[in-house]
Amino acid sequence: MLSLIKSLWLVFLHLFRKRFTIQYPEEKAYLAPRYRGRIILSRDPDGGERCVACYLCAAACPVECIALDATEDENGRRYPDFFRINFSRCIYCGYCEEACPTYAIQLVPDFEMAEYNRQNMVYEKEDLLIDGEGKYHGYNYYKVAGIAIGGKDKGEGENESSPIDPKDLMP
Amino acid sequence: MATITIDGQSYEADPSANLLQAALTLGFDLPYFCWHPALGSVGACRQCAVRQYRDEEDTTGQIVMACMVPVADGLRCSIVEPEAAEFRAEVIEWLMSNHPHDCPVCDEGGECHLQDMTVMTGHCKRRFRFPKRTFRNQYLGPFINHEMNRCIQCYRCVRFYGDYAGGSDLVAMAAHNHVYFGRHEEGILENEFSGNLVEICPTGVFTDKTLKHHYSRKWDMVSSPSVCSHCAVGCNTIASTRYGSVRRILNRYHHDINGYFLCDRGRFGYTFTDAADRLRRPLLHPDRERDVETVAEPAEAMKRIREIFSEATGVAGIGSPRASLESNYALRNLVGSGRFSSGLPRIEHDATTALLEAMRNAPDGPGSLRDAERADAVLILGEDPNNTAPRLALALRQSVRNEPIRADAGSRIPRWHDRAIRDFVQDRKGPLFIAWPASTRLDDLAAGTHRAAPDEIARLGFAVAHAIDPQSPAVTDLDDSASDLASRIARALKEADRPMVVSGTALRSPAIIAAAAATVHALRRTGSGGSSFLAVAPEANTIGDAMLEGAPLETLEQQLESGEVDTLVILENDIYRRLPAPATDRIISKARRIIALDSIATATTNRADVVLPAGSFAESDGTFVNHEGRAQRFFQPLPPAGDVLEAWRWIGRIAAETGTSKQNEWDRLDRVLTALARDCPELAPARDAAPDAAFRANGQRFPRAPRRFSGRTSILSHLSVHEPKPPEDSDSPLSFTMEGHSGQPPAALVSHYWSPGWNSSQALNKFQSEVAGPARGGDPGARLIPGNGPNERPSTAIPAPVPDDDQTLLAVPCYEVFGSDELSARAPAVAERIPKPYVALAPTDAEHHGLDSGDSLNLLIGELRVSAPVRLDPKLPPGLCGIPAGMPGWSVPHLPARASVVT
Ligand code: SF4
Ligand code: SF4
Ligand code: SF4
Ligand code: SF4
Ligand code: FES
Repeated sequence: MLSLIKSLWLVFLHLFRKRFTIQYPEEKAYLAPRYRGRIILSRDPDGGERCVACYLCAAACPVECIALDATEDENGRRYPDFFRINFSRCIYCGYCEEACPTYAIQLVPDFEMAEYNRQNMVYEKEDLLIDGEGKYHGYNYYKVAGIAIGGKDKGEGENESSPIDPKDLMP
Repeated sequence: MATITIDGQSYEADPSANLLQAALTLGFDLPYFCWHPALGSVGACRQCAVRQYRDEEDTTGQIVMACMVPVADGLRCSIVEPEAAEFRAEVIEWLMSNHPHDCPVCDEGGECHLQDMTVMTGHCKRRFRFPKRTFRNQYLGPFINHEMNRCIQCYRCVRFYGDYAGGSDLVAMAAHNHVYFGRHEEGILENEFSGNLVEICPTGVFTDKTLKHHYSRKWDMVSSPSVCSHCAVGCNTIASTRYGSVRRILNRYHHDINGYFLCDRGRFGYTFTDAADRLRRPLLHPDRERDVETVAEPAEAMKRIREIFSEATGVAGIGSPRASLESNYALRNLVGSGRFSSGLPRIEHDATTALLEAMRNAPDGPGSLRDAERADAVLILGEDPNNTAPRLALALRQSVRNEPIRADAGSRIPRWHDRAIRDFVQDRKGPLFIAWPASTRLDDLAAGTHRAAPDEIARLGFAVAHAIDPQSPAVTDLDDSASDLASRIARALKEADRPMVVSGTALRSPAIIAAAAATVHALRRTGSGGSSFLAVAPEANTIGDAMLEGAPLETLEQQLESGEVDTLVILENDIYRRLPAPATDRIISKARRIIALDSIATATTNRADVVLPAGSFAESDGTFVNHEGRAQRFFQPLPPAGDVLEAWRWIGRIAAETGTSKQNEWDRLDRVLTALARDCPELAPARDAAPDAAFRANGQRFPRAPRRFSGRTSILSHLSVHEPKPPEDSDSPLSFTMEGHSGQPPAALVSHYWSPGWNSSQALNKFQSEVAGPARGGDPGARLIPGNGPNERPSTAIPAPVPDDDQTLLAVPCYEVFGSDELSARAPAVAERIPKPYVALAPTDAEHHGLDSGDSLNLLIGELRVSAPVRLDPKLPPGLCGIPAGMPGWSVPHLPARASVVT
């Protein structure tokens, strides 16, 4: 009898506590920036596509829902010809983001991906590529890589000396 | 065997090996860079350090390079000893100090020996803070991409390219940490083995440019064991695909054939499978004379074929030396052996038959490339290996070192001690003699050459046989220089331990082949036990096709003329390449109906009533019989897409449709092979070239896809989000997915080389019974021609001397590694390397006709007019002209023949 009253009292006290339930969807929940939701492809500070089509995210994906194919522009810059994520399979584990050497692929705080038709869960590059740098600012992979691309010749990367002359024998 | 101790455990090891080799054979993971099983050791990279102890008492020992330590009884060493391990990690750290941050965009990534070794030594953090050295890259042609920043200065590339393959345009330049590997000047790498740099270079400096254009990672490619379809050597390959297209060809080790290397034709010729002129749908030509074609459904095409068959008075089949054994046999079975043609014109047919005869009569059966590599005296009669059997030329290039090494039996330098051996041999070369009308790219090695007309080459061969064994008939009226050369050759062959005669059908001369056989038999009779005969044939299945004993094309023409036959089924054969166009036109127009099966659109398929799309090597399972009579199975890396089917399956369906066989009787590879074995006992072992479709390991198939294959729930999700059932394979024990047996398959079923910690192709070490030895469980393929044939003397019709003729030239076929092969010539990268049409002429003849290099020469050969610019070949004897065979859009079949110069 006493315990019953005690329980009722406790429930009653909750009336005066701060409310956790929010009026979703009118009201949005706060999601931390590192929240693992919908996946995007970002751009480098110069506006170029960050993804270099290295296939590492696809290899890291435990449900194998990422498929892409590499291609190159006329100056040797590699990028994905197509880039597809089947979100109906994605488990939002974030392994792709962890594997990505260029910060191109990022999970963002958005989980609102419900669809009536499963086919609509298949995202192509047009659907994934955003116009900004996403969570990671300032990084430009091609600036630290050794290959030359349009606008960056050999020796112009970060921490590189200018190309040597192979016909020179000086010490 | 010697007993050695590694880390306190004793093992048995081969005393002719070095410690690194022995350790790898025993399964240890010891890092290395500069050592290569085929190139030997130079001790340059300092990566394979271990600690060696003098004896049991010695606890200090010293750090040594395992690749430079000969295995000896009682050898004691430690791999795990901390200082040695740290030494190896530091070597990597130095190498990495200038290494670019390239892995994500490096085509080597995921199969990089440098990555593997870095992980193996444990180096993971960059401490070097200074600027990185950089290099500019060079354009090296359509095959190889250059990215010099990634070089670790192991010198493997120049050792392979220069020392092993004889190339002179790839060198090491500059000094200290600036050493640069490239050409003196930007340009196409000339050597036809340049593609091996892709696998030789442990980093991403030299990568496959054809792969780069449609790049995919090793872990993503669905691969299958394949056999090169571009010449009769039959090098074993791994064909890798992604998203339904072939992405690259890699070497698949075969101890007796290609070993570690392929030629560029074989490595880069694959893109013909994706060329625009590939046939993928059945076609109907309502009117053969006019260029109208309609795409048809398979059922519609089959209906048309049934009509054609029911109207036909007689159906004949034209087989092909580039179609598989199964397809040729299925065709022969469909039309009956009396109406089956090998698909070769008489001139080639007779030479091929003579070659097959010589192979069957060869004392130990035809020789292999490994035999060629080990031969210590070689006579090449009427072949130009660099262009007709490229990989053979690489083997012969190694053979000239054997005699100088053997001659100095006192030297105890082990064969793996590469630098020492090369310094010891210097420029000395063993005997290699070449008889070929024009210059060849082996001439720099030759102890003697004989440049003459085909009949003169045969006469030289017979003279050699006579000089070896006087019982062989003598050659009359031989000029002095030729008879001198013959006795020099005879002496060299007799003195050798393993003499070899190389001959084949290049000059379409049965006499040359008979002369080569006579020489081998003369050697045998005089007691040269190790002598061998190496047969060279032009196309992937020339020998298999010949073993089915079809008739030459001319016989078919007679059958058409007599009205006995009015319908042709043409299998993967462009007969416009085989006979002069007027003769082909006659055959085509005499045939009332033509059904053609091919993977590519050709002049012949354009004139067929019905065209069925056959699979290339990438969409077919089948067997090729190579130049040594070895049946080798190739498996499709791709599940057949669209209407493409193996030619043998199409023919089986035709047979079922027209009522000559039961439904589905021919719808399995194994059924075709069983029928073949029943009908042709000589070909029966072909069934054992690879395990049959029911073969399993622990009840499991063998995966074509690597275990890390990615994207399987998204590759097709744009078409439908519901994943389809993976394709099934009824013809082989391979699966198209990554599911299946995780251990090593038998060598005939190896789809990729991978082993934990070894992602690069160097994982191959783990697939061999010993490093550089045969594959575990034996090398694949089945020899069909065992030798020990009747040891009678072959027929000896010695040709008469070639008479002088001022009026005409003798046009002989010559060959181009890039161009003479029909399929690879359609690959864009190879097409870039095809020379422009030319006619090779001796300078004196050119002068006689008032022509200079580059001038246009008009020739009348039979009923064919040929016009091409003159190329002067000072080595060509007067009276001869060389015309490249089988060049795309410019083929002059039916040579040798007399040609008159017209103006
Ligand atoms: S890991 Fe990053 S750079 Fe590599 S393919 Fe994926 S998104 Fe592109
Ligand atoms: S060579 Fe190897 S380690 Fe170097 S960038 Fe390429 S993949 Fe990476
Ligand atoms: S280019 Fe490759 S093979 Fe040549 S030295 Fe450099 S790393 Fe070695
Ligand atoms: S073309 Fe001939 S030599 Fe070259 S890889 Fe193919 S089979 Fe070997
Ligand atoms: S592999 Fe032994 S020193 Fe290079």
